Amino acid sequence: MLTLSSLTAGYGPVTALEDVSLTAREGEITAVLGANGAGKTTLLRTVSGLHRASSGTIDLGGTRLESVAAEKMPRLGLAHVPEGRGVITELTVEENLRLGGLGRGGRVSAADLTRIYDLFPVLGDRSAALASTLSGGERQMLVIGRALMARPTMLLLDEPSLGLAPRIVAQIFGLVRTLVREEGLSVLLVEQNARSALSVADHGVVLNLGRVVADAPADELAGDDQLRHAYLGF
Amino acid sequence: MRDRITAVRRNVLARHLFLALVGLLVVVVVVESISDYRNTQLASMAYLGIAAGGLTVLTGTNGQLSLGHGALMAIGAYTSALLLPDSDSSLPLSLVILAAVAVTLVVGAAVGLAAARLHGPYLAGATLALAVAVPGIALYFKETLGGEQGLRVVMPDIPVWVLDLAFFVTGQDLSRSRYTAYVGWLTLIVVFVLLANLSAGRTGRRWRAVRDDEVSAELAGIDLGRARVSAFMVSAAAAGAAGAILAFTVKLAAPSAFTLTLSLTLLAAIVLGGLGSLAGALIGAALLTFLPSVVTDVGRSAGLSDIQAAELAPLVYGLVMVAVILLAPAGIVGSLRGAVQRSATTRRTTSPTTTKGTAS
Amino acid sequence: MQQFLNTALSGLTLGMVYAAFALALVLIWRSTRIVNFAQAPMAMLTTFVALVVIDAGHSYWLGFVAALVSGLVLGAVLERVVIRPVEGKAEINAVILTLGLFIVLHGLAAVVFGNRYRSFPAPFGLEGLTVGSTTIALNGFGIFTIVSVLVVMGLLVALFRFTDVGLRMRASAFNSEVARLLGVKVGAMLTLGWALASLVGSLAGLLIAGGSLVHPSYMDSVVVFGFVAAVLGGLDSPLGAVVGGLILGLSLSFVSGYVGSQLVALAALVILMLVLTLKPGGLFAQAAERRV
Repeated sequence: MLTLSSLTAGYGPVTALEDVSLTAREGEITAVLGANGAGKTTLLRTVSGLHRASSGTIDLGGTRLESVAAEKMPRLGLAHVPEGRGVITELTVEENLRLGGLGRGGRVSAADLTRIYDLFPVLGDRSAALASTLSGGERQMLVIGRALMARPTMLLLDEPSLGLAPRIVAQIFGLVRTLVREEGLSVLLVEQNARSALSVADHGVVLNLGRVVADAPADELAGDDQLRHAYLGF
Repeated sequence: MRDRITAVRRNVLARHLFLALVGLLVVVVVVESISDYRNTQLASMAYLGIAAGGLTVLTGTNGQLSLGHGALMAIGAYTSALLLPDSDSSLPLSLVILAAVAVTLVVGAAVGLAAARLHGPYLAGATLALAVAVPGIALYFKETLGGEQGLRVVMPDIPVWVLDLAFFVTGQDLSRSRYTAYVGWLTLIVVFVLLANLSAGRTGRRWRAVRDDEVSAELAGIDLGRARVSAFMVSAAAAGAAGAILAFTVKLAAPSAFTLTLSLTLLAAIVLGGLGSLAGALIGAALLTFLPSVVTDVGRSAGLSDIQAAELAPLVYGLVMVAVILLAPAGIVGSLRGAVQRSATTRRTTSPTTTKGTAS
Repeated sequence: MQQFLNTALSGLTLGMVYAAFALALVLIWRSTRIVNFAQAPMAMLTTFVALVVIDAGHSYWLGFVAALVSGLVLGAVLERVVIRPVEGKAEINAVILTLGLFIVLHGLAAVVFGNRYRSFPAPFGLEGLTVGSTTIALNGFGIFTIVSVLVVMGLLVALFRFTDVGLRMRASAFNSEVARLLGVKVGAMLTLGWALASLVGSLAGLLIAGGSLVHPSYMDSVVVFGFVAAVLGGLDSPLGAVVGGLILGLSLSFVSGYVGSQLVALAALVILMLVLTLKPGGLFAQAAERRV
C-alpha cells in the first residue's frame, strides 16, 4: 500500500502539488486524473524520488520514501514507468528489459525474459531490434515490461495512453488489469484520458491545480456528472 | 527621443574619452617613475591587456570562446617583424601596428566565418587547432619567417619630435624601454576606447542579444552570423595589435612565444579578471604580468629550486581558473549565453507538467 | 612506391594512437557532454609516472601498468571532485574548466618533473622490419602499438556489449534519468566512464612517448588530433572515433611525408573545418544533422 500524506512540492516559486494526500491500495488500480498542469506527473516524480517534496510523507508498505534516492526504488518494490518516451532508444529491446531486471539487484535470468515475452509476444519477436525501431504501442509495452522485470509490488504508470490508438490503449489497460488480478500487483495510474482510466481503475483521485478535489471509487467518479464536466472533460 | 539617444551616446563617448585621458596621465606618471626593467614588464602587461580586452569582448559580450588568440597575436607579431627587418626601416610604428591589425583582421574574418557556425566545445576545439597549427607555418616557411629562431624585430629610432616632447613634458631623456612602454599603453588606451564604444553602442547590443538568446535575437532581425563574425573580427584585430606590441617589446617574433600556453593564459586572464569587462581584462593582464615573480619568490622560500619555482605561476592561474568556475560560476559566467541555456534546460527537465501543456 | 607504402604504414600506426585518444574523448562526450581537453595533460602526467617507475630501475612493463592504473585513478578522481559540479550545466563552464585543468596539470608536471625533454624507452625494437631486402616503416614498437590499441578496443567492446556494468554505463550515457529509475547508480557509472577513458588516454600517451621524448606539452597536439578524429567520426560514435583516427593518421602521415611535418597541425585544422562545414555530424552521419 502506498500512502501519501500532505505532500507539497514545487519548482522554485511555483507550487505544483499542495497538501496532497491519497492512498493506492494493494491489489488495486488507483487512477490519478486531471488536466494538464494539474500536478499528475510531478506526483509520480516525487514518489519515485526524481523530485523532492518540500513537505509531507510518502509511505510504501511501512517504508518511508520521501528521502530515498530514485535509483534505490526498484529494490523497494517500486517501479516508475515514464511516458512512452522512456525507452532507451539506443539499446535493443532485450537490453532495455535486462536493464529493468538489473534494478532488482542480482543477475537477470532467461526465465525473467521469457515471462515478459509471454506477456508481450511482439517484444519477443523483436528482442534484438533497437528500441528506436519500435512503434509507439510497442514502446509502451516495452517500458511496462521493463518495469515488470524488477518484479515490483507497486507500479507507477505515467500516461500510458498518450499518443496511442484507442485499440492499443484498450489492449494495454486490459493487460494491466490482468497483472493486477493474477499477480497481486498494485498500480498508481496517472492519466489525462479519464474515461479509459476510470473504466479500468478501482479507485480515482482527481487533481486540479495541485490539489485533490475528489477521491472516490472509480464508478462513483464516472457517475458524477458535475465532476466529470468540471475536471475530467467527458 | 533621437536627440536623447544621441545625447546619451555623446555622454558615453565623453566618459570613455575622459577615462582615457586619466589613464594616459596615470601611464605617464607610472612610466616615468619606474625602472627600465619594470617598464619592459609594463609593456608586457600592455600587450596581454590588449589581447585579453579583445578576448573579453568576444567571450564576455558575444559568448564565443577562442583558444586561438595566441595564434592571432602571432600573426600580428610576424607582420610587424616583416615590416621592421632592420634599422633602415623608416616606417612609423603606428603604421606597423595598423598593418598588423589589418592582416589579423583578414585572418580573423576567415576564422570568424568558420567559427560563427560553431558553439561550445566545437568552437573551443577548432580554435585550439588554430593555436597549435599556426606556429607550424612559421617553421615551414623558414626562409621568410625564420623557422625556429624566428624573426628579429629592429625598432626604428625614436622620432625626434617624440624625444623633444618627452623632454619637454618630463624633463628627462626618453629611454628605449620607456618608449616601448608608452607605445604599448597608448595602443592599449586607443584599443580600449574603441572596444568600449563598440560594446556600449548598437553593435554591442547586438552582440549581447546574440549571446543571451539566439532565437529572440534572430526574431528581432539580428543576423546571427554577421554579429558573431563581426565580434570575432574586432577581437582578432585587438589580438593583432597585441601581437605588434609583443614584437616591439621582446624584439622577436618566434614560434616559441606563441604556444598553446599563451592562448590558454589569455583565457585565464579574462576568467581571473571577470568575463565581460575591460577593466577585468586589465586586472587579468596585471595578474599575469606581476603574479609570476611573486609566486616564484613564494615557491623559492618554500624550498623549491629556482627552476621549479619558475613553473609555479601557471599552476596558480590554472588553480584559480578551476576554483572560479567551481565556486563562483554565476558571478563570472553568469551573464553568458550559457547561463540562459542552463536555466532553459533546467526548466525543461524539472517541470514536465508545465512544458507538457505546450507539447500536447 | 616504397615511400608511399612507408608513409601509409606509419600513418596506420599513428592513426591507431589517434583512434585510441579519440575514443577516450568520445567515451566522455557520450556520457557527460563534455569534451575533455585535459585528456592530453592527463595522459602526459601518467606517462611521467611510468618514467619515474622505469627510472627507478623497474621494468618497462611495470611502468606501463603503473601509468594505466594511475590513469584510471586520475580519471575517476577528477570526475568526482572537479567535473561533477559542472555536469549538466552551461557548456562554456565545462570547457573553461577542462582548460583550467589543462593548465593545472601542465604546471604540476613542470614543477614536479621539470619543463624539459626526457627520453622515454620502448619495449621493442625501433628498427624497421625487413621484408626481403627492403626495410619498411613498421617496427616492433609499431606492431605493439597496433596490437595494444586493438586489444584495449576489444576489451571495451566486450565490456559494453556483454556485461551488466557495461549495459548500465550505456544506459547512463544515453538517458540518465530513465537509468536512475531502473536502479542504475548513474554517478558511479560516470566516474567509471571517466576512469576508463582516462586509461585509454594514458595508453595513447605511452604509445606516443615510446622511443621518443616526453615533455609537459608533448601531448598538446595529440589532443587536437584526437578531437579532429572524434569529430570526423561524429563525436558520439566509438566506432566512428576509431575510423576517424585511422583516416586522420593516414592523412597527416601523407602531409608529413610529402609536404612537411611542420604543417601537420594546419592540415588537421583544415580537415576539421571541412568536416564541420560539410558534414557537421561526422562522416557517417545519417540525414539528421547535428547542430555544432
